[in-house]
Amino acid sequence: MSSNNRPLSPHLDVYRLPLSALLSIVHRGTGAFLTIGTIVLVWWLMALADGEEAFNSAQEFMGSIFGMLILLGWSFALFFHLANGIRHLVWDAGYCFEKSDVEKTSYIVLGTSVFLTISVWVAAFSFGVGA
Amino acid sequence: MSLRSPLGHAKGLGSAKEGLHHWWAQRVTAIALIPLTVWFAFKVAVLSMSDYKTVLDCIGSPWSAALIVSLIVAAFYHAALGMQVIYEDYIGGKAVRIAAIMGTNLLLFLLAAASIIAVVRIAVGG
Repeated sequence: MSSNNRPLSPHLDVYRLPLSALLSIVHRGTGAFLTIGTIVLVWWLMALADGEEAFNSAQEFMGSIFGMLILLGWSFALFFHLANGIRHLVWDAGYCFEKSDVEKTSYIVLGTSVFLTISVWVAAFSFGVGA
Repeated sequence: MSLRSPLGHAKGLGSAKEGLHHWWAQRVTAIALIPLTVWFAFKVAVLSMSDYKTVLDCIGSPWSAALIVSLIVAAFYHAALGMQVIYEDYIGGKAVRIAAIMGTNLLLFLLAAASIIAVVRIAVGG
């Protein structure tokens, strides 16, 4: 009898990732995404330094549907990486390793990142000055 | 056959003794970035709907500029450390891995320098 066809565990084709494992890989993904996303920040700051015309065209692009979609992804990635990063610091300090803690803090991380993303967009649309 | 003792062989295969600094620097920058990113994200959100003059004054004020430069240094350092870990985990070939790490470090340094210069130009007004 061949043992080659035995299923391996965890076999990623048939194995449902637990939430904590999913958040772990998303932490990496958002980290890499944010690294690429710094280009937007650099571009925005350079446009601001270049003067009114350059800045206004940067603002116009960011205000377009495409620009806003980038910023929406950017802001959620930032707040997710922030919230999950704080959880990593808690783990580094030696707390919350129980399975129930990990499950609970996973939801706290997701809730916090959604809450902060919504807050920052509400702030953007509520408190703008002069435009 | 090697004449090295098993202990000597293990020592020779040991770490480069630089991991702790990498690990620690990633945590220090992470902690610095908690208040800095929350502050900056909400600042930019509010400014995104504002006119040129308001944004220029707000980003260019002395403390604001100093905090943004701090944010840039911490963020790009943190990004470089994080990308290095990702490359080390997923890239098997040593040459490609080293090239990827080095290329990313150089590119992120350039981006950090460009954004710091932009903030300085904004702060001193041209």
